[in-house]
Amino acid sequence: MSGSDQGRGPDVLEVQDRARFEQLVLPHLDAAFNLARWLLRNRADSEDVAQEAMLRACRFFRGFHGGDARAWLLQIVRNTCYTWLEKNRPVELMSEFDEELHQQPSVSPETLAIAGDNRERLTRALETLPPRFREVLVLREFEGCSYKEIASITAIPIGTVMSALARARQRLQRALTHSSPQEATREL
Amino acid sequence: MSCDSTRTVLHGYLDGELDATRAAEFERHLENCRECAVALGAEESLRSSLQRSGLYENAPVSLRKKVRADLDAATASSVALRIPAWRWLALAAALLIVASVSWYAWPRVQNSASSAPFTAAELIDAHVRSLQPGHLTDVVSSDQHTVKPWFNGKLAFVPPVKDFADEGFALIGGRLDVLGGQNVAALVYARRKHIINVFVLPTKEPDTPIHPPGLRQGYQWRHWRHQGMEYCAVSDVSDSDLYELAQLLYQ
Repeated sequence: MSGSDQGRGPDVLEVQDRARFEQLVLPHLDAAFNLARWLLRNRADSEDVAQEAMLRACRFFRGFHGGDARAWLLQIVRNTCYTWLEKNRPVELMSEFDEELHQQPSVSPETLAIAGDNRERLTRALETLPPRFREVLVLREFEGCSYKEIASITAIPIGTVMSALARARQRLQRALTHSSPQEATREL
Repeated sequence: MSCDSTRTVLHGYLDGELDATRAAEFERHLENCRECAVALGAEESLRSSLQRSGLYENAPVSLRKKVRADLDAATASSVALRIPAWRWLALAAALLIVASVSWYAWPRVQNSASSAPFTAAELIDAHVRSLQPGHLTDVVSSDQHTVKPWFNGKLAFVPPVKDFADEGFALIGGRLDVLGGQNVAALVYARRKHIINVFVLPTKEPDTPIHPPGLRQGYQWRHWRHQGMEYCAVSDVSDSDLYELAQLLYQ
């Protein structure tokens, strides 16, 4: 109501849009935070970035004409995270995504079950993966997204979601069954 | 089908994303290939570790508050910029009506501590949180005689637990939750594919009828007190369904 609002006029929500926003987008705040937390690996940064992403979602909300609100929001969250990473931790984004899928000796389900039951180890293993592997795993396993949703959120062609997940899971298995994450990275 | 190609297809199979023909083809391959069967077992084990890990991170309350404040700022300035002064009167009148309706329909935290000791926001948050993977139930059972004793020793009261599967509200389990800073029992019912949480906590207040529905963020609730217990049923089902369950519980 003061001059401080100048320039924000066209960006903000009408009253009726606000109600729709609360109904459609706000219930996915947990999903937004969870994705940011796993992309940035740090709660404090994730909180800031998720907040910024919600603000952006507010601004773009007039351009949202129904459909999958969660995928729409997560796409914005992801973009906001990558912009933040480019600015603050560019090195992390330099890892190669299109690595070949190596034939490797199968790890037994029992070995994996034991390693996977250790929460700390699982967290560390996930965090050693490059962000582009990590995000498909988080979207699929934590968020339960379909391949179609994953494609629209991450902007990878739907035909390659399956192989992206295959590579991500292979990397996770490797990180999990090696004695330390350092070793796992060295071997790559 | 060679093993090289199945190493990728296996993931589509695991994720239920193959069409029927490809899934059948993969299953045929699986029967004759021990390597792939072991690999599938490993992937299943990894998946279940991830899903049981509790690594899903819910938004902290501080973020929720900041986002709300941002929303308020964004909406308020819009109202200020676009609405001519004479309309403010109409808006104020409308807000007054909304406020009085809300006061009646919402759990009345705003009013006094002796009423429902939690806010609508806390209620919705608890419901939404319960829908996250792995958060819904601590004890999974459709048997009221399993769910009820499970609460023994975990709470300072015994919540009444009833199954209404015959009426279309199947009890699927229970869990401990926190509402307004108090430990409460949450009974979980399924109505078709929807989840209904019924929060139960003790009260010293007199009985009330089932209050009119409250609505927020697309979720509805019904609140009442009966025989020393405070109840709040919340879900995304229609209000008539919610009311039906409330009546069953009230009996």
